[in-house]
Formats: sequence, C-alpha cells, structure tokens
Amino acid sequence: MANIITTRNVRLYYGDHEALHGIDLDFPKNQITALIGPSGSGKSTFLRCLNRMNDLVSGVTITGSLKLDGKDIYSPQTDVVALRKKVGMVFQQPNPFPFSVFDNVAFGLRLAGIKDHKLIQERVETSLKQAAVWEEVKDNLTDNALSFSGGQQQRICIARVLAVQPEIILMDEPTSALDPVSAGKIEELLLDIQDKFTVAIVTHNMQQASRISDRTAFFLDGKLVETGSTKQLFMAPKQEATSDYLNGKFG
Amino acid sequence: MRGIFEDELKKLHGKFTEMGINVSEAIYRASKSFIDHDKLLAQQVIDHDEQINEEEIKLEDQALMLIALQQPVATDFRRIIIVLKASSDLERIGDHAVGIARESIQLKGEHRIEEIENEIGEMTNNVRSMLEEVLDAYVKEDEMGAKKIASANQKIDEDYAEVREKTIKMMKQDSKVITGSASYLMVASYLERIGDHIGNIAEWVVYNETGHLAELTPDHHPEEK
Repeated sequence: MANIITTRNVRLYYGDHEALHGIDLDFPKNQITALIGPSGSGKSTFLRCLNRMNDLVSGVTITGSLKLDGKDIYSPQTDVVALRKKVGMVFQQPNPFPFSVFDNVAFGLRLAGIKDHKLIQERVETSLKQAAVWEEVKDNLTDNALSFSGGQQQRICIARVLAVQPEIILMDEPTSALDPVSAGKIEELLLDIQDKFTVAIVTHNMQQASRISDRTAFFLDGKLVETGSTKQLFMAPKQEATSDYLNGKFG
Repeated sequence: MRGIFEDELKKLHGKFTEMGINVSEAIYRASKSFIDHDKLLAQQVIDHDEQINEEEIKLEDQALMLIALQQPVATDFRRIIIVLKASSDLERIGDHAVGIARESIQLKGEHRIEEIENEIGEMTNNVRSMLEEVLDAYVKEDEMGAKKIASANQKIDEDYAEVREKTIKMMKQDSKVITGSASYLMVASYLERIGDHIGNIAEWVVYNETGHLAELTPDHHPEEK
C-alpha cells in the first residue's frame, strides 16, 4: 500500500516547549486514517503539520521529516498554496465563504486558474454529488451558502475541497458541530469517496473512528501511543493506555 | 452508515445459511453412511467437519468485528447476536453428524434390525426438514415458523424414546444384536440432540423478532422417563 504522506520523528515546539514528541505516522493511499486521543494529546496539532497550518502560529518550530509523495513538505522550495491544493482541509465549524454555493465550490478551481466554464460546472456538480449534498442544493446553487443548515454547509465545504481533487483530505473534527443525522451523512460520504481520495480525520468520537476508518492512531500527551488497523486497535490494542482510553477510563 | 452495516449483516446472514446447508448435508451423509455401512462416506463427513468449524470461526470473527466496530444497538444488535449464538448451535450439529459418522466406522454388526434402521432413517429426514425450516424462518425472520419448529422438536424426542425402547427390548431378546444396537442408541441420541440444537436456533429467531429470551421447548429428557 503506497503511502501518500510519511512522517518520521516529527517534533513541534511552542517556543521551548515540546508539544509533539517524535511522531512516526504514515497515511496509506485510499484509506481513512483516524487520529484519536483526549484533548491536548496533539492529534490536531499533528494534523495541522501536514499542510503547514502551524506556520501561521507564531513561535512554532517543527523538526523531523514530513513527506508528501516523497517530497519534503517543509522544504523552502515548497509552494504552500500548491501544497494545500494537494492537502485539503475541512474544519470543525463549517466555514463556507459568504457567497453562492456554486462560487464556493468553484472557488478553488478559479484560484487554480481554470477558466473553462463548462469544466468548472462539471466539477462543481461532481463535487457536490460526491459530498452527498447535490440533491439538496441543485435547485439553489445561486443561494448564499450561509443560508443552508450546518450539516449542509459542512458538506458544501467538503465539496469545495473535493473540487480541487486533493491527494489527501485532512478533517479536524468535521462532525462534532453537527447533529447525528448530518454527522452520519458525512461518515457515509467519506466511505463513498474512499476509492478516489485519502482521508486523515481527527475525531473525539471513538465510535466514528471505529465505524469508518481503516487505520487508527492513538495520541496521548504529544506521543503516538499506538497505531494499527482499526480492527486490531479496537478489538485487541497492544497498549494498556489505548485500551483504557477506548474503555473511557480517561480523556 | 446504514449501508455498510446492512451489507455486512447481509453477508453474515448469507454465510450462516450456507453453513446451515452444509450442516444439513453432513447429517444426511452421516446417517446414510450409517445405514449403508459406508465407511468411506463416513470418513468424508468427518473430514468435512473441519470446513464447518472454519466457517463458524469466520462467522464469529466477522460478527465480533461488527459488534466492536459498528457498535450496534436494539434490533441491529439482536441480529448480530443471533448469528453468534445460532452458528455455535450449527457447529455443534456438525459435531453430532461426525459422531454418527464415527459410529458408522466402528460398526461391526452383522446382526441388523431393519425396523430400527428405518426409524433412524425417518428421524434423520425429520431432523433435516426441521433444520431446513429453521434456516428458512431465520432468513425470513419468521417468528411463527420458528415456534412451529420448536413443537416439531417434541416429535423428535418422542421418536428417540421409541427407538430407545424398541432397541432395548431387542437387546434383551437376543444378545447377538447388542453390539449393533449400542450404535443404534448412540445414533438416535445424536439425532435427538441435533433436534435440540435446531430448537435453540428457533429460539434465537424468536429472540431476534421479539427481543425476549424464551425457552420454547421445556427441557425434555426422554431417557429419564
């Protein structure tokens, strides 16, 4: 199984304080990898290293090796905009731009310099379909994206990410602000797009991780305690800490 | 999420039915090998049992995975639990078929009692049609059908009591038939136990539908009469 992203000995410092203590984690192509762990365990911080979101935080230093398709993500030659086109991101709170559904989804395509209107139209439709929101918005594509429900907004945001056909999609608690039905729709769409995309998802919801992911990584206190197939991790974890966390003994 | 769960569950139930058909075949062949004194066929039943055991392990593994990863509740939970429970009944039925096949291999009786052998053949047919009906009720989630099977099991118990009584009578009359008759008793008792396991499966079908654990047939021990 080819890995889209490989990381070795990733350490992240806020000033002098080391927050990630040497993470080795790979993300295999066309698989959903779930990052679980209690608050403050470093899972989101680590996820944000993968598309250099932490660059925006002052005083942050990152060491170690992080590679996308074998190329160093932190190389001075890396074009961060191009990187983020390949490594898309979906956040906890739906964050559509305050303009139409169509323009939201087309935004990344136009940014990438695509002018062919027909191609844009096709891509918008495909992406909205992949994000399982097409049926709900197809007659209102010109409506402001903010006028839709939270669950629909989040799926529009996912469509916006899918439209630029990223190699991997990072999701930071994408369903925690949504009701269970909307969350279920997102889980289902992730399974549906799995043959075309690779997903890394941070989630507090262990059931969600067990239901949808192929692999799970358990973070605790800035360390990667255990990683493996979701089946193995949930049914027979090797580490006691993993078992304790899954059983709700802490976190 | 329904999609994945439903698909997996459907596969699981499909495999269960397949296992049921294999087990039914094993009963048929074991009993035939006994009546025909066909040691080769008996050996095939014994060899084939390993495959049935493997099928059960695979079923269990998948069911456990669904429980651990999908964390089903309510009706979904019951639908998985019954696969786990009923597949172990099927596996035990397979073991009893092996027991019958072992009797066929050990069989040394020149002195056969046709009447008893006919009754064993009849019991086998009854047990197999019960198994087929229970598999059908399982697939159709047919509570009423399952309840009928539980009462059919009473008939098997009665058949067993009858075979036992007749065999013992013959043994008393003629010591030459004792060796062969011991096997008749064993085989009939295996068939009786198979009936009980089928009754258990019927109870799981009812549980699936109602959520209530019910004893459909009160424990019936004809040998204690």
